[in-house]
Amino acid sequence: MRAYTRLALAGFRRYSTYRQAMVAGMATNIAFGLLRMAVLVAAIGQGPIAGYDVAATATYVWLGQGLMAFVLLYSDKQLSDRIRSGDVVIDLYRPWHLQLALLAEDVGRAGYAAVVRLVPPVAFGAVFFPFRWPSAGTLPLFAVSAVLALVISFGMRFLVNATTFWLLDNRGVHGLYMSCTWVLCGLAVPIAFFPDWARDILWSTPFPAIFQAPIDVFLEQGAPGTILVNQAFWAVVVLVAGHLVLNRAVRKVVVQGG
Amino acid sequence: MIEVRELRREFTLSTKVGRFRREKRTVLAVDAVSFDVAAGEAVGYVGPNGAGKSTTIKMLTGVLVPTSGHVRVSGVDPSRGRRELARRIGVVFGQRSQLWWDLPLRDSFDLLRAIYRVSRGDYEARLRECVELLDLGPFLDTPVRQLSLGQRMRGEVTAALLHGPELLVLDEPTIGLDLESKERLREFLADLNTQRGTTLLLTTHDLDDIERLCPRLVVIDRGTVLADGPLDELRAEVAPERVLVVDLEKPAEGLDDLPGVTATRTELNGLRHHLTFRRADTTAAALISAVAARAEVHDLVVVEPEIDDVVRRLYARR
Repeated sequence: MRAYTRLALAGFRRYSTYRQAMVAGMATNIAFGLLRMAVLVAAIGQGPIAGYDVAATATYVWLGQGLMAFVLLYSDKQLSDRIRSGDVVIDLYRPWHLQLALLAEDVGRAGYAAVVRLVPPVAFGAVFFPFRWPSAGTLPLFAVSAVLALVISFGMRFLVNATTFWLLDNRGVHGLYMSCTWVLCGLAVPIAFFPDWARDILWSTPFPAIFQAPIDVFLEQGAPGTILVNQAFWAVVVLVAGHLVLNRAVRKVVVQGG
Repeated sequence: MIEVRELRREFTLSTKVGRFRREKRTVLAVDAVSFDVAAGEAVGYVGPNGAGKSTTIKMLTGVLVPTSGHVRVSGVDPSRGRRELARRIGVVFGQRSQLWWDLPLRDSFDLLRAIYRVSRGDYEARLRECVELLDLGPFLDTPVRQLSLGQRMRGEVTAALLHGPELLVLDEPTIGLDLESKERLREFLADLNTQRGTTLLLTTHDLDDIERLCPRLVVIDRGTVLADGPLDELRAEVAPERVLVVDLEKPAEGLDDLPGVTATRTELNGLRHHLTFRRADTTAAALISAVAARAEVHDLVVVEPEIDDVVRRLYARR
């Protein structure tokens, strides 16, 4: 356990060395937030849609801008690159559970992102726009939901990356995953904007659990218990799937290069 | 320490045939390889590119599962007890890094201490020794991405030794290093083997590594073991000729009819003679006195066949 704690700390430090990247990322993030605000506020100009008034919309957008970086909505390619180059050999022979080790590092990364990428856009939104703060009792539930979202996002990214063991070039899978998250997790528009039948289908996939779930908990929409159980379920599913996939990869697959 | 019996590993390649059909082809990367390494030995595992060296190393470390055959490293079946084995052996891949790219070298060591669960006392003693012998002090706090290759390799070797492994597997450890860095690393590894009794298994294309470090050589080509034995014996077996090079005071001719000489070459207008002879036919001493009887000798040297030559002949023998 100590090893994984240390790995999480190392993840935090690794990302904290890239200050300029952080500043650039934050600037882009806020610019994009303003764009999304403009589009959605125009859409609800006739009156609230599915319970989203201006305050709820602002909260959805700015919290979302922060969560996007915290859970790392877009797939990363670290493991994928290591599989392609064969460097994964190093990761495979260490006395650790590779998936847990990567999760620990990702938790460290997210810890850093929480400070520099989650707080600033939320503060920006809260200062310049009408913002809906939840009751104090909801905040711990939101924290749990955000961490579960991070774990699910990690698990999905791990699976996307692991396809490289078989495909060698997983850019297609990667691109597909990116477009899926854009539409299916509630980033383009809130899941509540979809018609009833589509909403049910979406909530039976892991995508809303990465992004819409913590936002719903924060906005106090829906029963938080149900949302958290849904997230916990998906967290277990993607982690177990990742574990099985990794085991199979190690048994069956060529490890690249001399 | 290492026990390998009839080890085989196949890979399936699929190639495109026509528009839609794909043909599966099985490639045998390692075919019935057997060898043993005793505790405290230093063994060179040599072969051309694609011979199956790295595949064997991957099976020894548990990263790849053998198709068939028997492997025990340190009493552990690598693919089943991968994690247990990792705590007992160290691995250095010359072309890959096990250090954390964006963190200072010291932080990587610290992380490895946690991952391998090394007690603080042992860790500090081992690190202090490596820092001293490999002169890591000046760059311990430098991020790994800023290290030179020579510095990084010293860091890699240290990283592999922090948990006090009984066996150190090195996959091309000196690749890309300059002469001085190579020599320094070899010296360190030689001491590790002789003073500490750490078993070494080394793959390399730089046969000087073998000459300096490994009394024993296992030569592999196309997945099978071509030769296994002490370097000197292999040399006597496949390259039995030695060359006596004599420099004379005055040019002379007609040294080619000396007993035991199989070939001659003359340089510097007859001042320098290369006399090739076989160990089995005559001794260097007998030949030297025979030459001295004919002409006044200024200087002489006996040249053993180069290790490259030995290995080339081993490859050619199959």
